[in-house]
Amino acid sequence: MKAMILKEFRQMRRDRRTVALMVGLPLMMLIIFGYAARFDVATIETAVLGPDAEVVASQLGGAFTVVKLDPAGTDDEARAMLADSEAAVAIVTGAAPKIYVDGTELFVAQSALRRGESLPAGLESEILFNPDLNTAAVMVPSLIGLILLFIGTVITSLGVVREREQGTLEQLAVTPLKPVDVIVGKISPYFVVALVDMVIITLAGIVIFDVPFRGSLFLFAVFGLIYLFVVLGFGVLISTVSRSQGEAIQLAIMVLLPQVMLSGMIFPLESMAAGVRWIGYLLPLTYFVQAMRGIFLKASSFGALLPPLVVLALMAVAVFGLAVWRFRQEVAPKTAKVATS
Amino acid sequence: MTWGAQHLIVTYGESLALSDVSVECTPGEVLAVVGGDGAGKSTLLRALAGIRMRHTGTLSLPGPGLTGYVPAEGGIFADLTVDEHLDFISAAYQISDWQARARDLLIRTDLVEFGDRPAGKLSGGQRRKLAAAMALLPQPELLVLDEVTTGVDPVSRLGLWRLIAGAAAANAAVVFATSYLDEAERAGQVVLLHEGRVLAAGPPAAIVEAMPGTVTDVDQPGPARHSWRRGRRWRAWDPDGRPAGIGRVSLEDAAIVAELIATGSTP
Repeated sequence: MKAMILKEFRQMRRDRRTVALMVGLPLMMLIIFGYAARFDVATIETAVLGPDAEVVASQLGGAFTVVKLDPAGTDDEARAMLADSEAAVAIVTGAAPKIYVDGTELFVAQSALRRGESLPAGLESEILFNPDLNTAAVMVPSLIGLILLFIGTVITSLGVVREREQGTLEQLAVTPLKPVDVIVGKISPYFVVALVDMVIITLAGIVIFDVPFRGSLFLFAVFGLIYLFVVLGFGVLISTVSRSQGEAIQLAIMVLLPQVMLSGMIFPLESMAAGVRWIGYLLPLTYFVQAMRGIFLKASSFGALLPPLVVLALMAVAVFGLAVWRFRQEVAPKTAKVATS
Repeated sequence: MTWGAQHLIVTYGESLALSDVSVECTPGEVLAVVGGDGAGKSTLLRALAGIRMRHTGTLSLPGPGLTGYVPAEGGIFADLTVDEHLDFISAAYQISDWQARARDLLIRTDLVEFGDRPAGKLSGGQRRKLAAAMALLPQPELLVLDEVTTGVDPVSRLGLWRLIAGAAAANAAVVFATSYLDEAERAGQVVLLHEGRVLAAGPPAAIVEAMPGTVTDVDQPGPARHSWRRGRRWRAWDPDGRPAGIGRVSLEDAAIVAELIATGSTP
């Protein structure tokens, strides 16, 4: 038994990635659950519109933080602000005062309704976009991002690493196929399957879970395509630094876990400590979740969806570009008849 | 045109995989690369196959699509059937009218009955034969085979050898790595590698002839460092002995002696 234990410790000591996972993962989970995994919301971004806006704003207390104060603002503008995620709560003052709550931000909405005592008395409230605060309506659009992330990172990286283990990448490098042929050919099936998955999940969400689809189908497709390039890029990138399928899975977990926890998919970004929240803003799923909730539930305007679109597009160029460049190093044979370095 | 490497140096991190290695692969000729574990055989063959690696020196290689390669790991797609492998190679190399040649290769590798079988369900030897058939299908100018006969049964090895000899007869330059010294003796040229260096190179007979001293059969081992078992008896190297002549000493003896000298095991 002593020999066995000694052998395991020796193997573990030399398997640095496993040690990093064993030490790094608990630390990551400690940080996530300590600082990020909170359902209570400390800050509720609030817009106050209408003729009595200044008076009402001065009466607001607790977590309600005024992000816009517009005495000339109208009811329509209040609804539009919530649709474009400029605020989570909008109060319209005047003859028929009303408070609108963004129902796509489940915990923010619940927190806003719970803290009614911090609002001026006599306001009629209305939850927009998800009036029943249905969890499925919020989770299904986010789930599309998670499933694409899973296919993109885990399945793609395993597929490429398996080829390396079997020596087939070298086989491909010797064929007259150009590196671009190999890369596009390798990734295309995953791309197509992920797209099919995206459509199936969307249809299932609409048919089975009654998730509304109110936005632009075109924007939905554009976001899906760009996001796919990011996640497939992650998969290929992981494969280029992994010697085995085990290593690829370890790295994929390290990529997946923070996205699940810190993207705002489960825990609201607003409730995370500032020191952890910035990590969320580095993750592609954060922007995809924002966009999907905006498109599915709120029919957000193109202007409101432009920032996440730009960020995802930049990530796609950076991650996919780096992945292709690294992969190309591996599958590009020497093309010159005589090559000297 | 002759393919090959001149003064090739390859490093992996801080370790030297090949040190100033030069080889020539002549059309119509078979070159065997032999050596122990870690000698640099696979690195040399990967370089000759055109696999990208950090190196200095000169590589003279055919253009794209003119090299056939069997990597040490096999290079087989486990989920594709035997027929699908050849179909893929024909498409990748843009070979027209390939079916007859593919069938001939499958017959000669005893794989014709397994066309519909996924490569992952073939035996190790069958996979090596499929890899060889894939490398031969495009009729390459340079055929690079890394341990292609390892794990193949003796009868099938003969079949593979006929294929390799046939490729050379069709004017391909063939280079193969092997651990079987009896196979290397069939090659026109042999390169003996040790720790990334060339210990000996030339026709097998010339390498044997150049071996210093003599090797003889003995019943009891002599000095441990200079004796090795063969069958029920021992072979003993006498560095000062009179050359025994070709036929009495095999390429395996010459290779062992060259390694003994390289590792400083001389008196």
